[in-house]
Amino acid sequence: MKHLLSTRDLSRDEAITILDVAEDMAEVADREVRKLPALRGKTVVNLFFEDSTRTRISFEAAAKRLSADVINFSAKGSSVSKGESLKDTAQTLAAIGADAVVIRHGSSGAPRVLADSGWIDAPVINAGDGTHEHPTQALLDAFTIRRRIHGSESRGRDLDGVSVTIVGDILHSRVARSNTWLLTTLGASVTFVAPATLLPIGVENWPVAVLYDLDLALAAHPDVVMMLRIQGERMHAAYFPNAREYSRIWGLDDARLALLAADSMVMHPGPMNRGLEISAGAADSPRSTVLEQVANGVSIRMAVLYLTLSGEGGKQ
Amino acid sequence: MPARTVLQQADITRALTRISHEILESNRGPDNLVILGIPTRGVVLASRIGALLAGISGTPVPTGALDVTMYRDDLGRNPTRVPSPTQMPVGGIDGKTVVLVDDVLYSGRTIRAALDALGGIGRPAIVRLATLIDRGHRELPIRPDFVGKNLPSAQNERINVHLEEIDGDEFVTIEEATA
Repeated sequence: MKHLLSTRDLSRDEAITILDVAEDMAEVADREVRKLPALRGKTVVNLFFEDSTRTRISFEAAAKRLSADVINFSAKGSSVSKGESLKDTAQTLAAIGADAVVIRHGSSGAPRVLADSGWIDAPVINAGDGTHEHPTQALLDAFTIRRRIHGSESRGRDLDGVSVTIVGDILHSRVARSNTWLLTTLGASVTFVAPATLLPIGVENWPVAVLYDLDLALAAHPDVVMMLRIQGERMHAAYFPNAREYSRIWGLDDARLALLAADSMVMHPGPMNRGLEISAGAADSPRSTVLEQVANGVSIRMAVLYLTLSGEGGKQ
Repeated sequence: MPARTVLQQADITRALTRISHEILESNRGPDNLVILGIPTRGVVLASRIGALLAGISGTPVPTGALDVTMYRDDLGRNPTRVPSPTQMPVGGIDGKTVVLVDDVLYSGRTIRAALDALGGIGRPAIVRLATLIDRGHRELPIRPDFVGKNLPSAQNERINVHLEEIDGDEFVTIEEATA
């Protein structure tokens, strides 16, 4: 695996390999010494043009657990605010000797540009680009679902027959896109529930079912309900009348939570708007996987860094 | 040159039985023993030795698997290796006598990696090494404590170990590698 830009590029076997390696990485968290020497002497650059808490910290923790050196770059307070281009930033990183670049960018496709540019000869890992993809989030979601269902017997398994309902702002959600490609590749069935204004154009050509009524979707007893964040920073038009109405019609409140099966999962990629798309009761219930998702994120990112940086994929 | 069979199934079983007796002899019984196999075939051999030890001594002996992939010194020189699971027995390895088990001992680099991997998991009192085949050509100061068969070999020869649980048949062959 040279780069990780999109979950669309992953075959079923490649995806399962990443999940299985992540299982091995998860074991390390229980050890006396929570560190592996696999990426000793490698430098990973976290190139974040957009704000992030958990993804950046998660990649940093993952790289450090594999003994790599980490350089954190955020656009705020850097030469980007003086007008430096992505090309010049990338060439600077190449000159410093970056072995891998983890990039988050507000523009869809920026990681692909960086990977194909030849400005830097290092694996590029997409940590979220615009409204396009967020592949490590989808991988950690699939990992979390697989672990909840199969426990310690997870290795080698796909998600055949698992039903996943994704609710909320699909239009702006890179998490929904990455999850759609990955979960369907792994054999799960995906249903979108959203106001019509928050569905992307052409959604009828995606491998998903679309519903507009959350209660109808929950009546089908999905195995997984994934709530998406209402992305205030990308809302430049009136997609729904007001927050209270959104919350009443498309929010996961305590009453809707009670309708779910006991072994179903409530997922949220974070950060949560408690009281808007998800109630505090749902966020803190035993069905909620929110904190497992964060913990599993480190294991998944360790697996991705290891698979892209070690072996012939890594620069000599 | 065709492959020459050096051990048949019965030879392998006899070698493992002898190794088990030797482990019990050097440890003066089954107390505090933990048998850890190095994937892939070492894990099978470790669980067989564990069963033999239990049969001989009447006490169950914990076994497990120790993956060394992340600790190898050649990760950047080969295609990406996918790690195998590490499984530690419930009692852990702190203060125990750990016997590492591998199928073929060659350069000694895998065992070097295994010693580092053990250090990340705990602190055994003693670490010993058992191998089904010792083919020589050590590149590090590492020596086995229990050997199934010493098999002097040239560096261009290949040793193939097949075990029932993984390969469906069981033998050890040596052949000249086709360059």
